[in-house]
Amino acid sequence: MAEKKYDWSAIAKNPKFVELHHKKTAFLFGWWIFSCVYYFLLPIGAAYTPGIFKVKIIGAVNFGYLFALSQFFVSWGLALYYAHVANKDFDRLTRELIDELHL
Amino acid sequence: MTMKKIIIAASLALSVAAVAFAEESKAPAGAPGGTPAASAPAASTTPAAPVMKVETAQPAGPAAAAPAAPKKKELKADRTITISMFAIIIGITMAVVVWAAKQTKSASDFYAAGGGITGTQNGWAIAGDYMSAASFLGISGLISLYGYDGFMYSVGWLVAYITVLLIVAEPCRNAGKYTLGDILSFRTSPKPVRAFAAISTVSVSTFYLTAQMVGAGKLMALLVGIPYKTSIIGVGILMVGYVVFGGMVATTWVQIIKAGLLMSGAFLLSFLVMMKAGFNPIGFFDQIVANPDIQDHVSKLVLKDGVILAGMDAGQRFLEPGLYLKNPLDQISLGMALVLGTAGMPHILMRFFTVPTAQAARKSVIIAMFIIGGFYVLTTLLGFGAAINLTPQGITAVDPGGNMATLMLAQQMGAEIAPVLGDLFLAFLCAVAFATILAVVSGLVLAASAAIAHDIYVNVIKDGHADQHEQVRAARITSFVVGACGIVIGIAAEKQNVAHLVALAFAVAASGNLPVVVLSLFWRKFNTAGVISGLVVGTVASIALVMVSPNMTYPKVEAAKAHKVVVAMEKKMASLAPGATLPEKDLKALEKARKDEKQDGTSIVGLDKPLFTLKNPGIVSIPLGFMAALLGALAFPSRRSEEMFDEVYVRQNTGLGMAKAVEH
Repeated sequence: MAEKKYDWSAIAKNPKFVELHHKKTAFLFGWWIFSCVYYFLLPIGAAYTPGIFKVKIIGAVNFGYLFALSQFFVSWGLALYYAHVANKDFDRLTRELIDELHL
Repeated sequence: MTMKKIIIAASLALSVAAVAFAEESKAPAGAPGGTPAASAPAASTTPAAPVMKVETAQPAGPAAAAPAAPKKKELKADRTITISMFAIIIGITMAVVVWAAKQTKSASDFYAAGGGITGTQNGWAIAGDYMSAASFLGISGLISLYGYDGFMYSVGWLVAYITVLLIVAEPCRNAGKYTLGDILSFRTSPKPVRAFAAISTVSVSTFYLTAQMVGAGKLMALLVGIPYKTSIIGVGILMVGYVVFGGMVATTWVQIIKAGLLMSGAFLLSFLVMMKAGFNPIGFFDQIVANPDIQDHVSKLVLKDGVILAGMDAGQRFLEPGLYLKNPLDQISLGMALVLGTAGMPHILMRFFTVPTAQAARKSVIIAMFIIGGFYVLTTLLGFGAAINLTPQGITAVDPGGNMATLMLAQQMGAEIAPVLGDLFLAFLCAVAFATILAVVSGLVLAASAAIAHDIYVNVIKDGHADQHEQVRAARITSFVVGACGIVIGIAAEKQNVAHLVALAFAVAASGNLPVVVLSLFWRKFNTAGVISGLVVGTVASIALVMVSPNMTYPKVEAAKAHKVVVAMEKKMASLAPGATLPEKDLKALEKARKDEKQDGTSIVGLDKPLFTLKNPGIVSIPLGFMAALLGALAFPSRRSEEMFDEVYVRQNTGLGMAKAVEH
């Protein structure tokens, strides 16, 4: 194996890596928990607060329908937001880290 | 040596075991056509029966199992047009296979298309891999019969991809190679971990594959009148052909073609539906509420719960929750299995090894999310469109589960423009369903064979010492064997109730695979003992809970239900004026109920009634899987695993050292 040997634990202690790791962990798990909470509000809300779901908003369209539809837009929005942050921050930090290590 | 043989035997036995899990269907001999009960809501009981069983949702979705035999009306596609469309699809995909076969030289080509798939292509392929005939036909059918609940049911299938995007896609691309076993064995004892990972992959894939194969056979028989066995063998030969000769490249392109066809079909049909509604979404919903047939259908549905509704109120009720999904806990349990299970599905994980970088993996998930989500939003239009244009009564007359709603809608919408267009459009959608089945089963066969050939043969038996030529040969032979097993299981399971197998696949993936993948990537103290205990406990708990759940058939419970029908019918008969008789459908229901009433015995695990009341085990099995993985790792700490965490963690975050993972 002619590949380069990396000193993994040294990289793991590199301040750039630590910064990347902190930012990423906070973002990923934070937004993952948000998306789960938002999603589970749908079956829970439909089962335990049907009154709210029945409120008509526009014509025959009710809150429940708009809430279910919003799940799609929230998921898409979150995906695009993540792509934006990852391209801007995480990828940049990773590149800087690799440059710094002269790899 | 014996140890290795045991492992091979175990994984093969597990694939066959799917037949055992697919327990004997309750399909009553008296049912018209004798088709097994569908997973479809209400399809399992005759609609005429007063005690109508409304089942909670199965991810299987109705189309995965049999739409019940047509009774009053039939939907038959024009054979000549449909078969020629099938021939076109087979022709195109076979050309792809010939082209792909030339490119498939190394193991990396076979399992991961040499890492040469772009993010956009992979996004389409993920969508093609994921959307089964069940989501294509089943969910719009649910919406056409139960309105809001069908739509709510579809949401979880998209939200699941948030977990894939945020937690698994990029780390797996950076830390893995071809299989689940690669990710898990990085800092653990490779042999036992790979063996267990392979067993888990094979069992998840087989559960899912069995449901798909049986659904394929039933669908083809119903639509174009090809006999069940012929359909299974035909689909099986194509699937084996794609995978054995074209490997991942061909599988990817079959999935891309399918996703393209599916989206064009859905777009075209939605366009026609909206055109009819004058492109006015608010007016469209007003039409639903004001439709007298929908109002009548809903008032009958709620009457079963003892609620009286009529007119506009009944129409409005169609847009409110609770007509179909009646057990919130089961819903939440299913939601958990989807949100965590999708990210643990081996055939989905495998797709991330086909792209060159983590950025491409990220892009592919986002593209897949737009395709999948867009499809489910269009499904709403199709479902409600079918309810307005065909009436729920018309849909249930063809199939009580509503599985045929989309296809009927296509025929009608086309025919309203010109009669020949109706046949053409219907044939096109049948071809889409056909392509859908092929794409999903090919992905599953590839994932299962990768686990057996790469994890067990190359890395456990051969200690990783196998040259490229031998690896590819092993992969091809394994795919052939797995595909052949798929055909045999498909034929053997014809009369079985397979609906719960998809729920089971997601539950195993969520409770067994996902916890160990996440902990391997993110937790320093995780190790061999943790992987094995997590995989075993998560998998066994899911399977065991399904075995004692209401998914199984309990003859005594069935008999009690039938008894209620008999009592109700006899009461009705007694109240009739002298000389009058019950309508024919009531008499038939009574006759059937009298027969069913005599059933006795226990479920296949010897129970009189379900021990576990939910159909989806996730809410219990997922925490168990996580607990077992955590406790296993803490009970048997490993210094080596802890020391190697830095390497895994840096790799999965940065992609450093990945070139090795691709070439090696």
